[in-house]
Amino acid sequence: MNFLEAMRVSLRSVTANKLRSFLTMLGIIIGVSAVITMVAIGEGAKASVANQINGLGSNLLIVNSGQAKQGGNSLGAGSPLFTFEDTKALQQKDSIAGVTPTVSTRAQLVYQNDNYTSNLEGTTESFPEVRNASIQEGRFFTNFEVNELANVVVIGPEVVTNLFASSNESPVGKTIEINRIPFTVIGVLKSQGSSGMTNNDDRLIVPITTAMERLGQSSLRTIYVSAISPDEMLQAQFDIQQTLRAQHKLMPSQENDFTISSQSDILETAQNVTSVMTTLLSGIAAISLVVGGIGIMNIMLVSVTERTREIGIRKAIGAARGAILQQFLIESITLSLLGGLIGILLGVGAAWLVNKLGGVDIAITMTPMLYAFLSSLIVGVAFGVYPAKKAAEMKPIDALRYE
Amino acid sequence: MEIVQEVDNVRAVIRITDVKKTYVIGDQEIHALRGVNLMIEEGDFVAIMGPSGSGKSTMMNVIGCLDQPSSGAFYLDDYPVSEAEDEDLAKIRNQKIGFVFQSFNLLPRTPAVENVELPLLYAGVNAKERRKRAIDSLNSVGLGNRLYNKPNELSGGQQQRVSIARALVNHPVIILADEPTGALDTKTSQEIMGIFQRLNDEGKTVILVTHEPDIAEYAKRVIHFRDGQVIANDVIQERRIAKFEEVVV
Repeated sequence: MNFLEAMRVSLRSVTANKLRSFLTMLGIIIGVSAVITMVAIGEGAKASVANQINGLGSNLLIVNSGQAKQGGNSLGAGSPLFTFEDTKALQQKDSIAGVTPTVSTRAQLVYQNDNYTSNLEGTTESFPEVRNASIQEGRFFTNFEVNELANVVVIGPEVVTNLFASSNESPVGKTIEINRIPFTVIGVLKSQGSSGMTNNDDRLIVPITTAMERLGQSSLRTIYVSAISPDEMLQAQFDIQQTLRAQHKLMPSQENDFTISSQSDILETAQNVTSVMTTLLSGIAAISLVVGGIGIMNIMLVSVTERTREIGIRKAIGAARGAILQQFLIESITLSLLGGLIGILLGVGAAWLVNKLGGVDIAITMTPMLYAFLSSLIVGVAFGVYPAKKAAEMKPIDALRYE
Repeated sequence: MEIVQEVDNVRAVIRITDVKKTYVIGDQEIHALRGVNLMIEEGDFVAIMGPSGSGKSTMMNVIGCLDQPSSGAFYLDDYPVSEAEDEDLAKIRNQKIGFVFQSFNLLPRTPAVENVELPLLYAGVNAKERRKRAIDSLNSVGLGNRLYNKPNELSGGQQQRVSIARALVNHPVIILADEPTGALDTKTSQEIMGIFQRLNDEGKTVILVTHEPDIAEYAKRVIHFRDGQVIANDVIQERRIAKFEEVVV
């Protein structure tokens, strides 16, 4: 008997007992669909984090004053601030493309009758290059304007929609008040989306000198540095460390009084979280597949007993042991594979619904489906072998006499 | 030991020499067959009779290759069955033996034609050829108009005819019928015996196991078993002839 015939015989008995077959498959269906959905959501989250971080520049390093100590609370307060001398020294390094010191705070905006609170960043003319930002309209401020403490501001697209929505005019050239000081809008940033907790579209960029002198943000705690290429990140980190230690006159025995972090650190953290989740999901998947497999084995054993007479008839008219083994094995594999397939479809459907109704990012990839398919196959074989062997090894006379 | 009698060009399809079968149940040994010698010639119609416990069922299982003798030699169509392995036995059952059982033993929820196809399925015959031969076989027992009925849609006599069609489909060397009329009324029994007689007339060797003397009388020869041995092997003097009516539905 060839494989196709065996397949047909098995399918017939699977479809003869539709409700029972469905209930048998349910364990596998639920397990597989849950895993497919969760993985789609997890992968979606991972992909969107990676996207945002890459959008901000993958060769960006952030230097903060103070040493973030594990378990301690030295998060910058009280530790020495950076100076413009530090930034100038950093600028000299070959591995470093751009340096932009940054102060930030929340600030109140007023334009005509509207007022609005946004994030203010005081920075230098290198901001667009270092932070991978570009201008949608108008221009960015110049070195001259930084030196002159000019009252100019570049605003994010969300500020435009919040403050200039009523008028159809361009915000460029308008005067807005920031903490009651009038500033001229000279440019609008292109949208960069949000990364983690930070919304990159809701912000005001002013010259750092202006922010420090006129808006009271005199403590320089953050310097953004861009390496000349992603390959030079390690060299750049090393150079930053050397330069700042020299600038701050630290003894070899003293620890750094600053912290360097990169976007890839953040990405790595995100990926670690995802991989923990993946491991967890795999565990759940394995458990549910084993439970599903036991369900299949249970029903197959019942089925073999129920069909003892049929096995006897088949053996009497010439079915060899292999043919019976094949028949019952295909039956259990059919049950588990069908369960796996329904589970995959259901899982993809559920993920799609979560995306459409909940607005959650999803990523449907082939790998988990392939794994789900393969594991259902393995479950079908593993839990089908024993009942099939039991059927195949029945003696025809005993099986025929069975009532 | 009985003498192997070669009668003018007639070939023995079954040669059994000193066959013994011993079962062990608990610590008790049961001697179901105690040295049986038997020869059945091609084209013969033999009834095996005997009270229960006489060993006739064990004999039938051995002849049907469902069970192996404990000792002795058994040749079926010159094939040494007593030396065969399990897998060979399945093949012999498939190709040399056509079974007809008391309780029909058809697959439930399966159309007649597919039941008849079953031996061909295990013989590896392709689907088209299978269907053709199964239909021919059902036609030959007068069930050409019940091809797609399932067993529960057929009468007992019809079911037994499906099972005869199944027994015939692979052109076996012997037809082995175990109490084929046990579940049927007198009239239907007669019809079924008519089919066996016609098959025998066409040259098939038929072996019938029964405990009803009047059913045994449709055979040409009757072999009596008692206590695991053949006690009589006689030609039937006044044989009953059942008229097989063409296409009885």
